[in-house]
Amino acid sequence: MFSFITRRLLVAVPTLLILIVLSAVLMHAAPGGPFNSERKLPAEVVANLQAKYGLDQPLWWQIWTYIRDLVLHFDFGPSFKYKDRTVNDIIAQGFPVTLIYGFWSFIIATILGIAAGIVAAIRHNTATDYAVLSVAIIGAALPGFVIAPILVLFFTLQMGWLPGGGWENAEWRYLVMPVIALSTGYIASIARLMRSSMLETLNSNFVRTARAKGLPEWKVIVRHVMKPALLPILSYLGPVFVGMITGSVVIDMYFSTGGIGKSFVDSALNRDYSVMLGVTLLVGALTILFNLIVDVLYAFIDPKIRY
Amino acid sequence: MVTADLRAGDLSRITDNAEIKGRSLWADARARFVLNKAAVASVFVLIFVAFFSIFGEAVAPWTNEEIDFNVIGSADTKGMPSIETGHYFGTDDLGRDLFARTAQGTRISLMVGFVGTFIAVVVGTVYGAVSGYVGGRTDAVLMRIVDILSAIPFMFVLILLLVMFGRSMFMIFVGIGMLSWLGMARIVRGQTMSLKHKEYIEAARASGVSTWKIILRHIVPNLMGVVVVYTTLLIPDMIMAESFISFLGLGVQEPLTSLGALISEGSKSILQSSIQPTLWQLYFPLILFVATLYAFYFVGDGLRDALDPKDR
Repeated sequence: MFSFITRRLLVAVPTLLILIVLSAVLMHAAPGGPFNSERKLPAEVVANLQAKYGLDQPLWWQIWTYIRDLVLHFDFGPSFKYKDRTVNDIIAQGFPVTLIYGFWSFIIATILGIAAGIVAAIRHNTATDYAVLSVAIIGAALPGFVIAPILVLFFTLQMGWLPGGGWENAEWRYLVMPVIALSTGYIASIARLMRSSMLETLNSNFVRTARAKGLPEWKVIVRHVMKPALLPILSYLGPVFVGMITGSVVIDMYFSTGGIGKSFVDSALNRDYSVMLGVTLLVGALTILFNLIVDVLYAFIDPKIRY
Repeated sequence: MVTADLRAGDLSRITDNAEIKGRSLWADARARFVLNKAAVASVFVLIFVAFFSIFGEAVAPWTNEEIDFNVIGSADTKGMPSIETGHYFGTDDLGRDLFARTAQGTRISLMVGFVGTFIAVVVGTVYGAVSGYVGGRTDAVLMRIVDILSAIPFMFVLILLLVMFGRSMFMIFVGIGMLSWLGMARIVRGQTMSLKHKEYIEAARASGVSTWKIILRHIVPNLMGVVVVYTTLLIPDMIMAESFISFLGLGVQEPLTSLGALISEGSKSILQSSIQPTLWQLYFPLILFVATLYAFYFVGDGLRDALDPKDR
């Protein structure tokens, strides 16, 4: 197990390095630097700015210092656009927000999705099953940016129950719509996955044995079916997690929640390269970390897997 | 699918003289596909959407750039859909005709879907087939590269590319296509590995056909079933990715638009309109978008059932 984790980490490090180098090279190759603006700056000013941010150094040196600061001090460098703010400040402001609604969306998507899948599988080929399945098919194809306006239309414009956007320190009324918009698609796909994996497990021999020895049905499901049926869900949680972060871009845009997605889009529109790079790297690192955790959990739960 | 139909046609011509008609894989598949009502209906939806996107602008009395000065500034009271004004889908806040804009946006979305998918399919198929067929260390290295690439958050990288190199159609096509061949490569590799020990491959190798030729002439054609299924499922993903980027305002540039950009504008406008929510600005692009997505999913599902019977 230990060697497995080490091996996975060894893959993770070059992945991050490739991401850094690739982004840095792109940044360098891109036409129009971060200091291009409508007002033409004098050449000396540009030179001074470039010297201040180290852009006059050779490319390999820029990449090296970036990696060095990142690894040694966890320092993403200064923002190219806001001279009094570092990338760390900007991330520290947006990330907790994303973490809060991402956390709730993740929990709700997992619990509701699994529950719906179990119910559908137990009531296989009944009206309940078909209802769950059709809702799941509809939900799985609706991206967040389609659900978000529909939610606002209903909850804010028609009913006037919820505010149309804002954050207010995660008061629940501001959390409801972002969480629904972010989790709906995943509830649907988890439900479908859970249903089919439950059905497969319910047909297996050990379930027949469990029933034959006279266990009550709920015990069969809780003791024998649940665990093997949950395995495919577990490996799907990695993509769900990534989706929560990518989805935050839409959530922040539409509900003005001010999470990490907003920092990213703002920096993209401002050509604030260092912030874009920082956010991309952070998301990449988190993705790798999360996939690692999922893999390790998988190895713990599934005795068939040997690393 | 064109080659598939041709091949099915050729085979049936050959077997016409025989007493018992043989059925090719594709004829079988077609028979199964036709039984799937949702899939067949979806094919018609897609044909309708394609017609709308191609000929919609020709039908519309307004172009997608023209501004109706009667409506400008008061879209919420005068811009609603009506036959008389010629704005069948209403207008946006700037007084531009939404029928023409939706038709044009649908075209862009479909184009991104097809071109992006085409790039992904070509790259993914060749990469996966080579990796699976050659095997050994080459396979290990190629697959490790895929592993590394799939750990990168692509939506972010794509936005990075678009911002740095300008928002051109070319960049969107290539970006989306280049970033989504990974899944294709994995699936094709798996299939190739199971194909490569078949007798006809061994026969080809024994008669001295070069590796590259075996891959292109014998492996790739036999992968078509899997590739076709995966392709139909990839197109909606591409459309979704493009719409996602356009929703953020980083996609195609005005006066061109896409379904994602229209949904974005519509959803912002319903919040701002003072007198009466301009719902039509959201509904029409939204309905087209969702209908297209579902149609592709159902067709993909139907094709999977038709071409891959063991999966049922």
